[in-house]
Amino acid sequence: MTNAIWKFFTSLRLTVTLLGFGVVLVFLGTIAQVHEGLWDAQTRWFRHVLVVREAGDPWWVPPIFPGGYLLGILLLLNLFAAHIKRFKFTWRQAGINLTHSGVILLLVGQLVTDMLSRESVMSFREGETRTFSEASREWELSFIRSIDDKQDEVVAVPAPLLRDGVELGDAKLPFRVRVKSYWPNSEPAFRAPMQKNDPPISDKGIAKDWDFHAIPETKKMDERNNPTSILEVVGAKGESLGTWVASAWASDPMMIEGVKNAYTRTVGKEVAQSIADKLATPQEIEAGGLKWRVALRPERYYKDFSVTLLKTTHDKYPGTEIPKDFRSRVRLENKSAGESREVEIWMNNPLRYQGLTFYQSTMGKDEMRDVGRSGLQVVRNPGWLTPYAGCLIVGLGMCWQFLYHLTGFISKRRTTAATA
Amino acid sequence: MIRRLPLLLAAVLALWAAGSIRVPADKPDTFAVNEWARLPVVSNGRFQPLDSLARNSLLQLRDKQTLNAEPWADKAKMLTAAEWLMEMTMNPQLADTRPVFRIDHPDLKGLLALPLEKDAAAKSDGKHYSWQQLQPKLEALQTEAKRAAAKDDAVRNPFEKAVMKLWGTVGLYMKLQNTLQPQNAQDWNAELGRYFTSIEPGRAAAIAQNSGKDYDKAALEALMKDLQRFDAMGQLEGALVVPVGKHEGHDHDEQWLRMGEALMQIARGEPPAPAVTGYAKMASAYKAGNAPAFNEAVRDYRASLASEFGRQLNKTKSEQLFNFFEPFYKGMIIFTLAGLLALAFWARPAQWEVLRRAAVWVCIVGLAVHTSGLVWRMVLEGRPPVTNLYSSAIFIGWGAVILGLVLEAFWKNGIGVVISSVTAFITLIIAHHLSLSGDTMEMMRAVLDTNFWLATHVVIITLGYSATFVAGFLAIVFIVRGFFTSSLDQPTAKSLTKMVYGILCFATLFSFVGTVLGGIWADQSWGRFWGWDAKENGALLIVLWNALILHARWGGLVRERGLMGLAIFGNVVTAWSWFGVNMLGIGLHSYGFMDQAFMWLMGFNASQVLLILLACLPLRLWRSFRGLPVPATLPKGAAAAA
Repeated sequence: MTNAIWKFFTSLRLTVTLLGFGVVLVFLGTIAQVHEGLWDAQTRWFRHVLVVREAGDPWWVPPIFPGGYLLGILLLLNLFAAHIKRFKFTWRQAGINLTHSGVILLLVGQLVTDMLSRESVMSFREGETRTFSEASREWELSFIRSIDDKQDEVVAVPAPLLRDGVELGDAKLPFRVRVKSYWPNSEPAFRAPMQKNDPPISDKGIAKDWDFHAIPETKKMDERNNPTSILEVVGAKGESLGTWVASAWASDPMMIEGVKNAYTRTVGKEVAQSIADKLATPQEIEAGGLKWRVALRPERYYKDFSVTLLKTTHDKYPGTEIPKDFRSRVRLENKSAGESREVEIWMNNPLRYQGLTFYQSTMGKDEMRDVGRSGLQVVRNPGWLTPYAGCLIVGLGMCWQFLYHLTGFISKRRTTAATA
Repeated sequence: MIRRLPLLLAAVLALWAAGSIRVPADKPDTFAVNEWARLPVVSNGRFQPLDSLARNSLLQLRDKQTLNAEPWADKAKMLTAAEWLMEMTMNPQLADTRPVFRIDHPDLKGLLALPLEKDAAAKSDGKHYSWQQLQPKLEALQTEAKRAAAKDDAVRNPFEKAVMKLWGTVGLYMKLQNTLQPQNAQDWNAELGRYFTSIEPGRAAAIAQNSGKDYDKAALEALMKDLQRFDAMGQLEGALVVPVGKHEGHDHDEQWLRMGEALMQIARGEPPAPAVTGYAKMASAYKAGNAPAFNEAVRDYRASLASEFGRQLNKTKSEQLFNFFEPFYKGMIIFTLAGLLALAFWARPAQWEVLRRAAVWVCIVGLAVHTSGLVWRMVLEGRPPVTNLYSSAIFIGWGAVILGLVLEAFWKNGIGVVISSVTAFITLIIAHHLSLSGDTMEMMRAVLDTNFWLATHVVIITLGYSATFVAGFLAIVFIVRGFFTSSLDQPTAKSLTKMVYGILCFATLFSFVGTVLGGIWADQSWGRFWGWDAKENGALLIVLWNALILHARWGGLVRERGLMGLAIFGNVVTAWSWFGVNMLGIGLHSYGFMDQAFMWLMGFNASQVLLILLACLPLRLWRSFRGLPVPATLPKGAAAAA
């Protein structure tokens, strides 16, 4: 029995079968991106042990199919087993061994990356300083209280906990929160005073000027979901302090600016500004003699250093809209390390600092203030070096193997030609 | 004598190709078309001669680099691209009668009330139409274009796509007509002179009007009328044709302006640039049919550029020469000849060795022409060989030719040459069709603007494509010769198997290293090594497939024909990775979408599957191998040795 299992895991037949499944998986996982979106398709097809057919899938989705994790792990087992069984050091075999160890390194490295890497975004205007980066997909409900001019106390609840009807609390908060509804994606609408409006969706905060309603989640690469949640705040004695609406639309200066620009076209600059200000108004909950602001905002990852955007450069080729060069000049300040230096970040030239890598990602302009705006992609990936090493090792291994056989082949031909 | 024929043939072809590296001299008493066409402009973000602007525009309008001015007549009346651009920019009224818009969709012809069939009386061949013929129904076209523009490209029907394409070319046409002079100018040099003299009185009138005093209404109106039409010219965003050098009183470096912008600046007190007055003299002389005056104006303008814009003049001269050389078109002809010679050799391999040698030499000339074109492009662009889909086609063909010739050097059985010439021919045809969308030397957007990664990742992965295609085509040779002819003897079959195996090893190495380097590039620019993006997955598919073939071979799971079948499927996988993923229109890599190509890709895939099915048919149905004993399995040792 063990013998049979051993034989199964060391066989080339398994390798070929796995590679065959791999080809089909990668192909299906690619065309699935058309309707599932890049992110969802990736997760479903490559970051799972099994892909199971769901209702609403196109005809070509098989009832069940091995996912990326299953194939990757089986390939690893297959590689290890085959090596344990057949490994012996000869020059003949050296190339194959080297190639396979490189492939193992790549597979393991990719697995590590998959589990440990984290992507976030740091975006700012020229002159602004950031000590945190924000998630691009994960949201949190945060309650913020100013302790003094420089410090805030923050209590944050990750969005996945915000399910309808759930009641949340924290020792630091003098109140509890009942989630009335959570919409993963939503749209705002201004409650113009002259129009006939439905009653506001909450009785406190910005809802008297702004409505929000749920819309279907988007899967497009260039769009993002903007959640909104309606919350009831319950005081220490169980009495209701009112309902508030927390929305992604109200917490992000970029979104507010977008809203303002949209209104500028129809109602002019000044009115649009006042409409946008109503969306941006901080929402405060008073309880236990303290004022807490509430916001639904991207999850924040704080750093022990700060980054200030000094200057943005956005060059285009003459007479065209084709971008030629994006770059951000920033000041990196780390008080504890006594570091303060200027760094230039541009396309294909990231900054690597404290295990994080900062990439030039988006670039724009703050029309109001007439200053540049820049978005840096911040990535933590402890496994980032493995592809470099893996590529080198596999490349060397293959070169060795093929050259070894090529020279053998040529000398054999020479001898045959000579004898003939 | 016969022994020397191959070299002689190669020498003749080489002379023919080399002899075409020249720009035809302009005849002395006519317009110096080619000298004019060498003048530098900035279009698509790069310096180029007017000649390139002319050719690329004509390609976009009617898929050709020349123009038949009377396609309805029995005798063609051909204009070169440069001659046509001269009319467009300096005599638009004449240009408006030229049938330059190619329209194929019958509903679109119906919408514009155009003749559907060849009709000499209506001055139409039923395919190409002039601005004059389009103009009465422009409004209807605009309405349809607005409607189609509101839709996503993926959901537009063929009619709407045709409308969008035509609407785009209408925009291009208007741009071109306003490149050097306002489209409605009659005698531009004289009008420009009047504009210069109207500036002072016009400005004085404007100042007076602003401060509420009496002012010269006529002077102000005259100036405003000109400024309005110049502003409209600039708004069209055509090519930048006016170089402004560094000179005293300016704090900027040299820069290039549109003619409209340059004309507006003069009203603000800037001195007119030589290009403004130079092109005006050319325009009036051209319209008046005064060739000597035109030629003198061209020479004077060139001379004025010589000191400060010498680099651009050299570059545009070189590019014009390249345009006339047409190395890839000539290469296509030479490779066809090489392929035919090699095929003829197969008919009688024992007697006709001279044909094989001729094929090899012709193929080497083809490679030389191909290489010169490739290198020339690299120098013009200042880039590694592959920068877009077009150049990838050129480069895949180039790599395949070299691999084929290497195989030929080893085996001397004509197979290598056939592979070289067939793949080169096919890839050059593909490149030709890709070039129809216009400028193939476009600038690289910021993320791609890195010669290091273009030279490593892109070149290596493209060589991986080449090698996989070569292996696939070798396998096709095996199947076609084996199934349809009796020419595939055992030694040839064996040599083909070895070739396929060797090339697959090479392909695996290159596609693997290329793919991982691509990941590393992505890690450098976006912060993730692997994002399961469509193009990345396409590359991974090639690696996985090649690895599968090699492992299946090592494990003895496939023998000769199995190997061939798998290698042919490699063509499908590679074609998908190269073209198919662009058709998905998703992901960070999707730069170009093309629907016509989709049908071709499907046709290609179908043909490959058919060949694979042939490979699976029992040997008794094959014309080769009949009556030969077939080994039941590979000997154990053979599998391990492979």
